[in-house]
Amino acid sequence: MKGETLLRVEHLTMRFGGLVAVNDLSFTAKAGDITALIGPNGAGKTTVFNCITGFYKPSEGRVALAHGGEAAFAAIEEATEKGARTLSVGDGAIHLLERMPDYIVTQHARVARTFQNIRLFSGMTVLENLLVAQHNPLMLASGYSVLGILGFSSYTTRQREAVELAKAWLERIGLTERADDPAGDLPYGAQRRLEIARAMCTKPILLCLDEPAAGLNPRESLELNTLLRDIRDRDETSLLLIEHDMTVVMEISDHVVVLDYGVKIADGSPEQVKNDPKVIGAYLGVEDEEVAAVEAEVEGRA
Amino acid sequence: MAVLSQSTAAGAEARVPDRFVSALKDAGFAALVTLGLCVPLVTLRTDSEEGGELILVPRLGLTAALCLAIFFARLGYLLLWGKEARAARQPTSRKEAIKTVATPRHSLTTIGLPIALGFAIAYPLLVTVINGGLSEARYWIDLGILVLTYVMLGWGLNIVVGLAGLLDLGYVAFYAIGAYSYAILATTFHISFWVCLPIAGMLAATWGVLLGFPVLRLRGDYLAIVTLAFGEIIRLVLINWVPVTNGGAGIASIPRASFFGLPFNDDDDGFAAFFHLEFSPMHRIVFLFYLILALATLTSVVTTRLRRLPVGRAWEALREDEIACRSLGINTTTTKLSAFATGALFGGLAGSFFAVRQGFVSPESFNFLESAIILAIVVLGGMGSQIGVVIAAAVMIAGPEMLRNLGFLKAIFGENFDPSEYRLLIFGLAMVVMMIWRPRGLVSTREPTVFLKERKSISSDLVKEGHG
Repeated sequence: MKGETLLRVEHLTMRFGGLVAVNDLSFTAKAGDITALIGPNGAGKTTVFNCITGFYKPSEGRVALAHGGEAAFAAIEEATEKGARTLSVGDGAIHLLERMPDYIVTQHARVARTFQNIRLFSGMTVLENLLVAQHNPLMLASGYSVLGILGFSSYTTRQREAVELAKAWLERIGLTERADDPAGDLPYGAQRRLEIARAMCTKPILLCLDEPAAGLNPRESLELNTLLRDIRDRDETSLLLIEHDMTVVMEISDHVVVLDYGVKIADGSPEQVKNDPKVIGAYLGVEDEEVAAVEAEVEGRA
Repeated sequence: MAVLSQSTAAGAEARVPDRFVSALKDAGFAALVTLGLCVPLVTLRTDSEEGGELILVPRLGLTAALCLAIFFARLGYLLLWGKEARAARQPTSRKEAIKTVATPRHSLTTIGLPIALGFAIAYPLLVTVINGGLSEARYWIDLGILVLTYVMLGWGLNIVVGLAGLLDLGYVAFYAIGAYSYAILATTFHISFWVCLPIAGMLAATWGVLLGFPVLRLRGDYLAIVTLAFGEIIRLVLINWVPVTNGGAGIASIPRASFFGLPFNDDDDGFAAFFHLEFSPMHRIVFLFYLILALATLTSVVTTRLRRLPVGRAWEALREDEIACRSLGINTTTTKLSAFATGALFGGLAGSFFAVRQGFVSPESFNFLESAIILAIVVLGGMGSQIGVVIAAAVMIAGPEMLRNLGFLKAIFGENFDPSEYRLLIFGLAMVVMMIWRPRGLVSTREPTVFLKERKSISSDLVKEGHG
């Protein structure tokens, strides 16, 4: 279903007390695309991520994800009125992410994420990290531990498959040799790649990456670009990423959304966004005589 | 790499005798210096006789004891912490060694448990032979039962604290629930021990879940305080709910366990008669020993298996990083509850055993000190380690008992010295030293649950303790 709308964020607002971190944000992400969410520090990018992945409950707005093609969006109003989290439509389903707790977003809506500050299980091995990510199918196979304790072979078979999937990912991120080392012992760049592989082991249809290139050297950045493009092209996974590194953003993203002070200031292809005066203004500041005009513009939007 | 490490090891071995001889010389010299200092200071003591007359009392025994103590202390220091010993231990690349230690084929963890199990099975026979009779060995078998009870409790709590990283200061509550479940069911409804045992376990697990629900949102210190309060609440309920628990007086004459229906008495249908043995009250004690051994082994086997299952990995992942767990679709609520319930289940089983062994339960047996001791066993043993808990339980429970035999100290401090008064002091000091020397417990490395090519232990530097 490449090219069809996958994620639709509508009128998303997130307030923390008096602070409006995200203000009436709407955008869409297409299946098979890499969508980048950029903006200066404090623009509210991570807050948007937390709202999409269920870590925050948005103050207002709707975040809808379609499984099995954009036809599922037809049922969006019905699902909203019914108060349902999920509504099946034909082969697909519509998921209202803002209504789900964080772990359900991953388990049922199949949205995985990584974190700005790496959150690996540092005391567990690389392989164990990838197996923890396959918790839910493995849990089912182990009969919620009952069959597993009794040593049923169905679980052993399933675990072997899980290890195979983990091995395939280790191959793709180049960490096969370090499979039995603790994750906390890996160099920084490898930890970033492992966190992406771990998220991919949940078999997501949308992968949200929070600054995946932060702290990487130029060579590692290039490897990351290759990995992300590879995920987009080979797996049934679309990507949504927050990034400060403009070389990464401009090189790999198909669609860029720019935030400033919680408000969307631009939305389009990398080329369009790069030349947008408001974006340039937000990043580099504006000439003194233009300040009034920009302020009027921002207030008009708000 | 392997060849290199072998040759280093061979070199280290060759140096050992030299090192030992020089340490021996050094220690002998230190003992001589001590002797020289002792002669004027310690060996002769002036004392007044009844008539007020001064006399000299020779204290040769004390002098010898001091010299010997210095000798062995110096020897031990040189061999274990001396410059050469440290140099011999120092690996070529220190950083590498701290982080990942390739497990030697016979690591403490892989062979430690079978050895401990073998020793425990042979233990009653061993102490019988040493003490020259079954009845004479009663003290030792009783001590063994006590240690095994705490090993089981330690393993149970280890699931909650060591694996899931949830600090539980009220674990004794589940122990109490198990004990009282059996006591009440057996005295009121006359249900057999073997039926009560699983019921008591289930009841404790249910209470584990009930406690778990309200406290799951709490973390760290807050969780610790709530669990502490839970332990106290259970104890207060036991004291005050007189119609059911008989209050502070406790429940007495709890039926004893039978050998699968054969009671341990000298009747014709008793255990001894059935097996054509001469009746001895020790049969029951030995049976209890093997019963708790079986229960503890069950705990260990289940825990080891759970660790390799997704739920066990989720527990450990929860200890490492709860937010990452949630981002991977793990329901942290049920995961925490399952840890609480599993830990409580084994606490309840151990409690039932406690009741059937004592024949009497009262709220006084389940005070905070018990929780603290069990927690100390887990922390001292190394969080998450099975064999560490065994060693720590042996040290924590049998240690103070052994310190009762400090009679030799009278030779040093005089006849009026009562060593048993100091055993807790010595014990406390030992724990402080232990925590300075090995802050992460005796066995602090973590064994991975699954591996591709090579099982490598993970250093405690990387393993997190959990935030509750």
